[in-house]
Amino acid sequence: MSESERLSVFKTYKLYVGGKFPRSESGRVYEVTDQKDRWLANAPQASRKDARDAVSAARKAFGGWSGATAYNRGQVLYRVAEMLEGRRGQFTAEVAASEGISKSRAAAVVDATVDRWVWYAGWTDKIGQVTGGANPVAGPFFNLSTPEPTGVVTVLAPQDSSFLGLVSVVAPVIATGNTAVVVASERSPLPALSLGEVLATSDLPGGVVNVLSGRTAELAAPLASHQDVNGIDLYGADETLAKELEIAAADNLKRVVRPHPVDFSADPGTGRLTAFLETKTVWHPTGGLGASGSGY
Amino acid sequence: MAFEYAPAPESRSVVDIAPSYGLFIDGEFTDAADGKVFKTVSPATEEVLSEVARAGAEDVDRAVKAARGAFAKWSALPGAERAKYLFRIARIIQERSRELAVLETLDNGKPIRETRDADLPLVAAHFFYYAGWADKLDHAGYGANPRPLGVAGQVIPWNFPLLMLAWKIAPALATGNTVVLKPAETTPLSALFFADICRQAGLPRGVVNILPGYGDTGAALVEHEDVDKIAFTGSTAVGKAIARQIAGTGKKATLELGGKGANIVFDDAPVDQAVEGIVTGIFFNQGQVCCAGSRLLVQESVQDELLDSLKRRLSTLRVGDPLDKNTDLGAINSAEQLARIRTLADAGEAEGAERWSPECELPASGYWFAPTLFTNVTQAHTVARDEIFGPVLSVLTFRTPEEAVAKANNTQYGLSAGIWTEKGSRILAVANRLRAGVVWANTFNKFDPTSPFGGYKESGYGREGGRHGLEAYLDV
Repeated sequence: MSESERLSVFKTYKLYVGGKFPRSESGRVYEVTDQKDRWLANAPQASRKDARDAVSAARKAFGGWSGATAYNRGQVLYRVAEMLEGRRGQFTAEVAASEGISKSRAAAVVDATVDRWVWYAGWTDKIGQVTGGANPVAGPFFNLSTPEPTGVVTVLAPQDSSFLGLVSVVAPVIATGNTAVVVASERSPLPALSLGEVLATSDLPGGVVNVLSGRTAELAAPLASHQDVNGIDLYGADETLAKELEIAAADNLKRVVRPHPVDFSADPGTGRLTAFLETKTVWHPTGGLGASGSGY
Repeated sequence: MAFEYAPAPESRSVVDIAPSYGLFIDGEFTDAADGKVFKTVSPATEEVLSEVARAGAEDVDRAVKAARGAFAKWSALPGAERAKYLFRIARIIQERSRELAVLETLDNGKPIRETRDADLPLVAAHFFYYAGWADKLDHAGYGANPRPLGVAGQVIPWNFPLLMLAWKIAPALATGNTVVLKPAETTPLSALFFADICRQAGLPRGVVNILPGYGDTGAALVEHEDVDKIAFTGSTAVGKAIARQIAGTGKKATLELGGKGANIVFDDAPVDQAVEGIVTGIFFNQGQVCCAGSRLLVQESVQDELLDSLKRRLSTLRVGDPLDKNTDLGAINSAEQLARIRTLADAGEAEGAERWSPECELPASGYWFAPTLFTNVTQAHTVARDEIFGPVLSVLTFRTPEEAVAKANNTQYGLSAGIWTEKGSRILAVANRLRAGVVWANTFNKFDPTSPFGGYKESGYGREGGRHGLEAYLDV
């Protein structure tokens, strides 16, 4: 039987939460189509409850992931890039269909995405030196500032750039030790859901990244007001929704990245790495070694 | 026998307070558009010190226009020139530091020992530090030629009036922004004296504008559409209101808010040093400090020894005339703040915590609160959860480092924490796990212009001080 006659095996796309692949607890799915409205798949339409479950999973994973050595985080993230590389064909097909671009352009987008992931993998053990350091205080004290991850971060992925944009907003959040709840592009969620499958096979602990597909507004509202979420990147929200979410986020003073257009093909800089970092400054007396004796 | 202390008051004659002050807009003192004024009193005596113009929305608009008008020229100045203005300001503050210390003590109620030895030296140091940054911004790690934001609206609290002004104005001017600053309604005077320092320094008109007023003035400033940057230090409730208010705008904000800092004492800590650190942690500035160590977490095995020693030490604290050089605790800043402290302390008692204060005679007039300890406190008690912002310490216990960390982090806040132990690896392990922006190990309440300061969680966001403090005022 020739290849063209073979009936292909469809994939059931699922959410990625806590390292597992649940369907939405609501049982809902919605139809995902390509740019010409041809059916691609039924994606899970996640609910508020799924969002809350994702936050719990992200919180549970935070201690281990933020406590891992930066070197280890870099190794794990690099492993993700290796797994992405092996799936280039699949992602190219998904990106081409989702974004309505040619196979060759989609392949270039996928290559850029894998390279972007490698770039962030290399940042894990460098950002601390770039943003932290010793402070020369006017007194006998050791004084050191160190960046630490903010905690659980909600990421509203870009609506248009379903893969390069997605990775450009997710990778920096976890590279610095945060854990993430990602709301995929509403219209083009398939690359994000497939990314979940890559993450699951890349030594990334379950819960570090959780991927939800569905209606952005429906999922973003409970995440923006969730008291156990520490930060939110509003990239994928339109102006009206972003304002509502920013107001809700003020309730527990989430760190907010407002939506503003980004050229994802350009050098990303460190802005998205530092957006969800806190600076901790530790003091200790240095004392003296002379006859004066005591260190403090 | 115990020796009595003779009074040792600092002379008031070094400061000349005018009977009234205007708003400082575009380089001139002016009345409020609606003619409103308010009185500022000495919290130690309730004596009226001066009558001050109260800025309304119209005045805010005038001041923002003045700041906007000054921005183009100020931001275009070579950094080296801006630096020299700031160096001038730093020097004039040093020259006038005794006058400003006495003024601050009169208007705020804090002891002269603190204004003289802590506030004023830090104020001058802050201007000196950021002066040096003005022509080195290309090397600050934010890329080449980082740009200022524009007009900064700054709202500061009453607990360290001039120091908070310095924390706000010094980095803003160094980076090329112009400012409109609102001092707190109970402590407007040192900011108005600072306006005079700007005059002496020859600072161009409109670069610094000072608008005394109440919360409504601050809200109008935050809301003004031509303000590019909000810097606020104050309560978490107001901080959240500001975050809501500026949602959907392009305004950048730094918020430095409340705290409920844990001061953790392990069983191997040297008791005497720990006791001094606990006292500094909660009784510095009458406990009216956002990063105060207001929750003492003491390892159970040394609780009795430590508390005995702490109580003995508290009995030697001298509460009274803030101008007296021997005074340890001065007055509470306002009647309103005193009422809040009383309400929360009463709640502590009503909920079953055990209250203790040393015997001390409080002055008959003014706003006073004796240093107070609560023991038998659980994590559910109001006095263990709410920020009291007064000389009130809640004592909790723990058995293991794990438990200490869990209890320390069990709060909506995340500004400061303290660790007392002789074991270096334990300091680092615990410091690592604490969700707080500043961790003092075997010390407490130390500040320096080079050291970034600011909170995690609901203690706010952004950092003030150090290289980090520049970011808040740059378009990066």
